[in-house]
Amino acid sequence: MTEFSRRNTLKLMTATLAAGASFSLLPRKVFAAGQITVLNWQGYGTDEAWSLKQFTEKTGISVVHDYYSSESEMLTKLRTNPGAYDLVVLNAARCAQAVAEDLLQPIDFSKVPNAATVDETLRGNPNFSKDGVGFAVPWVWGMTSLAIREGKPKPESYKALADATYKGRVAMDDDAIINVGIGALMTGQDMNDPQDLAAVTEALKSIKPNVKLLWSTEDQWNKSFAANEFDLSVFWSGGSVRSKRNSKLPVEFVVPKEGAVGWVDGLGIPATAPNPEGALAFANWLIDPAFYVEWATKVGAPASSNSAALNSLPADDLSRQVHNPEYLKTMSIMSALPDDRREAFNNVWQEVKAFYAE
Amino acid sequence: MQNDQLALAQTRGSVDPRVKRPLPAWVSTTALLLPTYGWLTIAIFLPLLTMLAFSFMSATPMGKTPVEFTLKQYRAFIDQPYLLRIGFNSLMMGFWTTLFCAILGFLAAVALVRATVGKTRETLLVLILLPFWTNGLVRVFSWTMVLRENGFLDNILHMVVPDAGSISILYTRYAVVLGLVHGYLPYMILTCYIALVTIDDAIIEAAASLGARWWTILYKILIPMAAPGLISGAVLIFIPVIGSFMEPRILGGRVGVTMGTVIEDQFTQAFNWPLGASLSFTLLAVVLAIFATFSGVLRGRTAG
Repeated sequence: MTEFSRRNTLKLMTATLAAGASFSLLPRKVFAAGQITVLNWQGYGTDEAWSLKQFTEKTGISVVHDYYSSESEMLTKLRTNPGAYDLVVLNAARCAQAVAEDLLQPIDFSKVPNAATVDETLRGNPNFSKDGVGFAVPWVWGMTSLAIREGKPKPESYKALADATYKGRVAMDDDAIINVGIGALMTGQDMNDPQDLAAVTEALKSIKPNVKLLWSTEDQWNKSFAANEFDLSVFWSGGSVRSKRNSKLPVEFVVPKEGAVGWVDGLGIPATAPNPEGALAFANWLIDPAFYVEWATKVGAPASSNSAALNSLPADDLSRQVHNPEYLKTMSIMSALPDDRREAFNNVWQEVKAFYAE
Repeated sequence: MQNDQLALAQTRGSVDPRVKRPLPAWVSTTALLLPTYGWLTIAIFLPLLTMLAFSFMSATPMGKTPVEFTLKQYRAFIDQPYLLRIGFNSLMMGFWTTLFCAILGFLAAVALVRATVGKTRETLLVLILLPFWTNGLVRVFSWTMVLRENGFLDNILHMVVPDAGSISILYTRYAVVLGLVHGYLPYMILTCYIALVTIDDAIIEAAASLGARWWTILYKILIPMAAPGLISGAVLIFIPVIGSFMEPRILGGRVGVTMGTVIEDQFTQAFNWPLGASLSFTLLAVVLAIFATFSGVLRGRTAG
């Protein structure tokens, strides 16, 4: 064995230092000039291969994706990875939160010509703007309500979730805000600010004998529905169109008399985006009728915010039927929640889940 | 400057090169330990300390919410008493998983050591490790295919007994424990194997020649001598199992709510990292308390 002399020790230390230095000198990730990174749910419109091909041919901009599996994960990614994303798909409720935290930059609508025909009520949604400045391009809207197996009686109220005829045949969305919203609608309260959370908790707990599973991804929902594990579920309007058209599942989307839980997704540009110009071009493409008609008819999509795009759909289109404008009258749109209310909603859902598990 | 160094080198060169002045012992000791402790600090202590610091905050320190020092996160078990039941269920889940792993793993290790030699044994050991090469998520999802109504098990049963009802156990606690036992069994087999393989055959032959039956050999020789393997296997399994969230979520359905899923929800859904961190540390404290209690008992047993 070699003795540890001064020279050997020095050699060792130099080697360690050199190794450390070479790690820190590794080349940083280089962003191509014509590239944008989009942060979105997987399989949610922006990552359709045919669309990206057409967009790249048109503009020369290539699109890469990163995905999130929950909206709070999206916010976490925006907060912790500055400079990583150019365009982010975010819900109206989360948009207000992101704007308040200075995570987004104002939108230059002159570079989004298609926005001219975007529904005024959606563009003016207070969650998307601050002091009259728009921070997101409204993209698509949709509903969360009930999905029922074809042939079963259509539920008229959310109270059907607790109906004994569906014993062990109900699937719930594992999302605190949606479930508290549905509990509030069941008990006749304002979905965004229920005054009696105890009543909401009781309403949700009353579903227990019926609850078979809690789903968290559309893929999981499809697999379990196909395996005939449940008949009635809290589900997304766009998801039901996709399940019916792509997976041929016998599912029907129903909006009961209390109205649907509505949502609007917008396209926002992070404050630290390396390529905001490219992101605006992609946002314009995403509300273009040419893109939307192909997306909605081939894959199934929620309703476009662009009325020109929605009107280009064929009259017998499944998505157009599901997104009946009649439903807009009873629909409550989810808005931004203050931190303490959000925490209270989360605690209600944790308590209900613990009760389900007993 | 350069001349000076040359001169220095010459004077040094004149000294016999084999005689080297040794450095003080602490310099080489420090230099040699630095990589290990540096790595431990960066990879383990810093993240743990960050989480410990988070657990005393009033809100996640990202974004604009003002952050204050508070102990309220540690009151969660008092403010939200349903967590106690979840915690108890998680501990029971850990207990049953560890128990089944211990029984099956020990028997498998005994079979490996006593009934196989050479190539066969090596092949079997590789086969035991093989499931580790596939993603855990894949293994858990394949269980859902087997266990669900009209799944693999149901179909086989209906081939034999067409009129039998469903024997599906998907979305029950049994399914969760089954998935966890499948995932963690190799740890127990390996730790027991290492302990058992060191037992001298002569001891067992001596016992047999003095008239000991197989159960006497098992309880008087094999289990006491393999106890260190059983204990380290149990520790390796129990700790990750009570914090597991993937298996309960996929196989447990409605009943799949554990401390692991509650903590995961705090990090991914509720964006309440402080609460998630405080729940983790509370769980860690409970686990340490359990092992502290039982380590005395176990040490007493092995010594006696």
